[in-house]
Amino acid sequence: MSKTRLATIWLDGCSGCHMSLLDTDERLLDLVAKADIVYSPIVDTKEFPENVDVTLVEGAISSDEDLEKIIEVRSKTRVLIAFGDCGVSGNVPAMRNPHGPSPILRRVYIENADVQQQVPGEVVPALLDRVRPIQDVVPVDLHLPGCPPSANLIYDALTELLNGKAVDLAGRFRFG
Amino acid sequence: MPRVSAAPAQKTERRSALEQRIMLRIDGEYITTDPGKTILEVARETGIDIPTLCAVPGLTSVGACRLCLIEVKGNQRLLPACTVKVEGGMVVSTRSERLDKYRRMILELLFTERNHVCAVCVSSGACELQDLATQLGVTHAPFEFRNPNLPVDASHERFIEDPNRCILCTRCVRICREVEGANTWEVGGRGINSNIIADLAEPWGGSLSCTSCGKCVQICPTGALAVKGRATGEMTKRAWNVTDLNRMRGART
Ligand code: SF4
Ligand code: SF4
Ligand code: FES
Repeated sequence: MSKTRLATIWLDGCSGCHMSLLDTDERLLDLVAKADIVYSPIVDTKEFPENVDVTLVEGAISSDEDLEKIIEVRSKTRVLIAFGDCGVSGNVPAMRNPHGPSPILRRVYIENADVQQQVPGEVVPALLDRVRPIQDVVPVDLHLPGCPPSANLIYDALTELLNGKAVDLAGRFRFG
Repeated sequence: MPRVSAAPAQKTERRSALEQRIMLRIDGEYITTDPGKTILEVARETGIDIPTLCAVPGLTSVGACRLCLIEVKGNQRLLPACTVKVEGGMVVSTRSERLDKYRRMILELLFTERNHVCAVCVSSGACELQDLATQLGVTHAPFEFRNPNLPVDASHERFIEDPNRCILCTRCVRICREVEGANTWEVGGRGINSNIIADLAEPWGGSLSCTSCGKCVQICPTGALAVKGRATGEMTKRAWNVTDLNRMRGART
C-alpha cells in the first residue's frame, strides 16, 4: 500500500497549531511512517502538489492570498481538516469582524507607526472585508478545534484517520 | 373529642400522600415520584443527566435555552424538561438522534450569535457553554458567524459585563431578583437585539439598585459576567452557592 500524502498549510493563524503538531515529539516518526509530508511550512516545497490525501489547514481566511490558497488546496486535497480554532470559527483573527479591516490597518500602519505612515498596497496581501472560517469558503471534512489542539488530540485524530477509522471527537477536544 | 378525631384525619393524610405518588418512565426506567416536580428534577434524582444551560436549582425555571428538550410519547412537540411537570403514565426519552441534533444546533446558534473567542476568554476552562460543546461533540458551527459589534460595560468597580459572551440564559436576572432582591438586571430589546441591561439600560457602575453582591457573576455560565482584572481562563465560578443560599433560607431547592 502506498503511503498517505499529507500536507499542512498555514493561513491566518499564529503557527501555534503547527507548533502543537511538532509537540507530538517522537510520535512524529510514527506519523511519517504512515504518511509522506508532501507540503508544509516545515518542508521545502514551494508549490502545493496535486493528489494530496490529507491537508491540515491552520488559520482563518483573512486575505485575498488566503482565499486563493484555500481554493487551490481544496481542489487538490481529498480530506481537508480545519486545524485549530482559527480555521474552525475565525477565532482571534475574526475579532476584527465587528469593526472591518480599515480601523485595524489605520491603527497598525498609521497611528502606531513612527516612520512611513501608510497602509501597504503592494507585497502584503490585501485584507478581506470579513475574516471567515474555512467552511464558509470551501467544504471541510473534519474540524479539529483547540487553540491550539493538543498534541495528543492531533496525534490520535491523525492516526485514526490514517488507519481509515471514523474520527469522533465528542468529549475529546476543547475550544480555546 | 380531639384525640379521637385526630387519629383518622392523620390516616387519611398519609393515605392521600401515598395515593398522590405517580409513576412514569424516563429512558425506560420506571420511576415513582411526587407530583409537582419537573421532569428535569425527577431525571436528576434518578441519576439521568439532561444537558441544561439556563436551569438552576433554587431559581425559577424559564425554559430560555431549550437545551433540556425531551420527547414525551404521544406528543409530537419537544418539551423543555426544566419547566414541564411530571404526570402519571408519562413516557419520557431524554436521548434520541432528533434531540441530539437539536441540542447541537442550539449550541451552534449560540456560538454564531455573539463573539465567543474561547482562546482569549476569562472563563475558558470554566465555561458551561464550552463544556457542553465538548460533551455534545459540537466541533464547529455550520452557520455564518454574525460577529456583532457589542460594547463591553466596564463601568462597575469590581465586575465586568461582556455581552459578546452572553447567551441570554437570564440566570443573572433571576438570581438578582429572586435571591438578592435587587432587581438590577433585565432583558432589554427584542429578538436578535435582546440584551441584558442594568436598571433602565444604564451603565452597571452607576446602578442605584445593584448591591455589588456578585451573585450574578458567580451564576453566569459563561464569560459574560466576570470579576474585573482576570485574564484569560482566570475566572472560575461558584455557581451552585445559590442552592446553599436557598437552603439556608428554608426555600425548596
Ligand atoms: S463564554 Fe465560554 S464559549 Fe464563550 S468564549 Fe468564553 S469560554 Fe468560550
Ligand atoms: S450575562 Fe451571563 S447569566 Fe446573564 S443572561 Fe448572559 S450568559 Fe446568562
Ligand atoms: S435548561 Fe431547560 S430550557 Fe434551559
